Amino acid sequence: MPIIFKSPSDIKPSEITSESDYQNRRQFIKQSAVLLGAAWAGRIAMPVSASGNDFPGAIKTSYGLNEKQNSFEDITSYNNFYEFGTSKTDPARNAMHFTPRPWTVTVEGEIANPGVFDLDDFIKPYQLEERIYRLRCVEGWSMVIPWIGFSLAEMIRHFKPTSRAKYVEFTTLYDPERMPGQKRRVLNWPYTEGLRIDEAMNSLSLMSVGLYGKTMPNQNGAPIRLVVPWKYGFKSIKSVVKIRFTETQPVSTWNKTAPDEYGFYSNVNPDVDHPRWSQKTERRIGSDFWQPKIETQMFNGYAEQVASLYTGMDLKRYF
Amino acid sequence: MKMPRLIIFLLCLIPLGLTLYGAINNTLGANPAETMNRNMGDWALYYLMMTLSATPINRVFGWNGILRYRRMLGLYTFFYGCVHFLTYIWFDHYFNGSEIIDDIVKRPFITLGFISLVLLLPLAITSNRFMVKKLKRNWLRLHKIVYLVAILCVIHFFLMVKADYYEPLIFAIILMILLGSRIILSLKNKKL
Repeated sequence: MPIIFKSPSDIKPSEITSESDYQNRRQFIKQSAVLLGAAWAGRIAMPVSASGNDFPGAIKTSYGLNEKQNSFEDITSYNNFYEFGTSKTDPARNAMHFTPRPWTVTVEGEIANPGVFDLDDFIKPYQLEERIYRLRCVEGWSMVIPWIGFSLAEMIRHFKPTSRAKYVEFTTLYDPERMPGQKRRVLNWPYTEGLRIDEAMNSLSLMSVGLYGKTMPNQNGAPIRLVVPWKYGFKSIKSVVKIRFTETQPVSTWNKTAPDEYGFYSNVNPDVDHPRWSQKTERRIGSDFWQPKIETQMFNGYAEQVASLYTGMDLKRYF
Repeated sequence: MKMPRLIIFLLCLIPLGLTLYGAINNTLGANPAETMNRNMGDWALYYLMMTLSATPINRVFGWNGILRYRRMLGLYTFFYGCVHFLTYIWFDHYFNGSEIIDDIVKRPFITLGFISLVLLLPLAITSNRFMVKKLKRNWLRLHKIVYLVAILCVIHFFLMVKADYYEPLIFAIILMILLGSRIILSLKNKKL
């Protein structure tokens, strides 16, 4: 029996881009002045004003101001963090006594200034900001989270990558005593993830150290994690201990576990189904479950900022 | 209905009651739709394993009484399977027919779950005394389908999981024990 696939000409990345551009236009126009300004300067001088704020120096940005944020409760009770167990409620329970200090971040590979840095020293050079991002999990649910963090691009510039630095690889802590989920070999520990250098340099890419103005909760990837909002959530690696600049494409743990289900890129894409479920729609956590799911947007609604990274690429092949 | 059987009947409704209570009072966590679906699927599987336990328990421990509850457990398997399916077509697809059919055709784990439920339907219909008498020996043959359903359901669970096969593995082991005990018992019978 012949199996008919859509011909590649049906799904030109350029078409996909313009489609989402169109959908985003209204929102874009509304925000463009602020957004462009913020993207250029990287910040708007305005302190985050929540009480009990752990990051009084962090500045607010215009990212996601029109989004309804998920509650702190939802964000910290429904997590995928297999290092602390495989059910959604495991991380909150099993990470309760995790102590993310002392913590060092090793930066190595194709850069001018490699080294091992204490977390505080590692963060110090950068301006912290609050950015409200959508997070779309590959499983078909999503949240809106106010992260505190700094631009990954600024960090990369700080370490002066060489011309051979084509990719950035991130590694999570491996310590089964502190991360009990690692006692079983559910995944190939330690968890690693990677970005192409131009993806890492995109202004959306964030190294996050907190949320809702508070120090990063353990179950959300304390003390420091990556946030790449146009990719499925598992790309936003948690509890990072090593950042390595490489010439060859790094291994992504989920890609290695099931290459036909989780690609290296894993950009949010409603047109490419996961083999076991559709990616066309998503359940926004915290919304009324009697109401239908919402439509998933190309690049999770960040096409304006990131679509150009993938010009000419067949996104069905490089999913 | 005799008293003990009525009690068992009501006890079997508790998982559904708790899930509904949780849905109404919003205590099913951050993703209530998912929790409902998982709870009902889990319980369908529990009842299926309980149904299949009745015969070995009777044979090994000589407790005839348990056979009186086998039909009810079997019907509850079907019932919870139906609720599991209902939560899927409702809160996963909001009754979008073409989407559901697409899903069933395209995705093996959903295909298997659906086939399991379809196969349980004739068993549920013929579970009454009238049909037992009418079908005679064919009734036993027909109801052997439950072994196939049990295998399909465990595979359905395996295929759904992302990386941690611990839970479906436990069900696979229990099922192997339940089916294996039948093989051993029938071999023993032949020798005697």
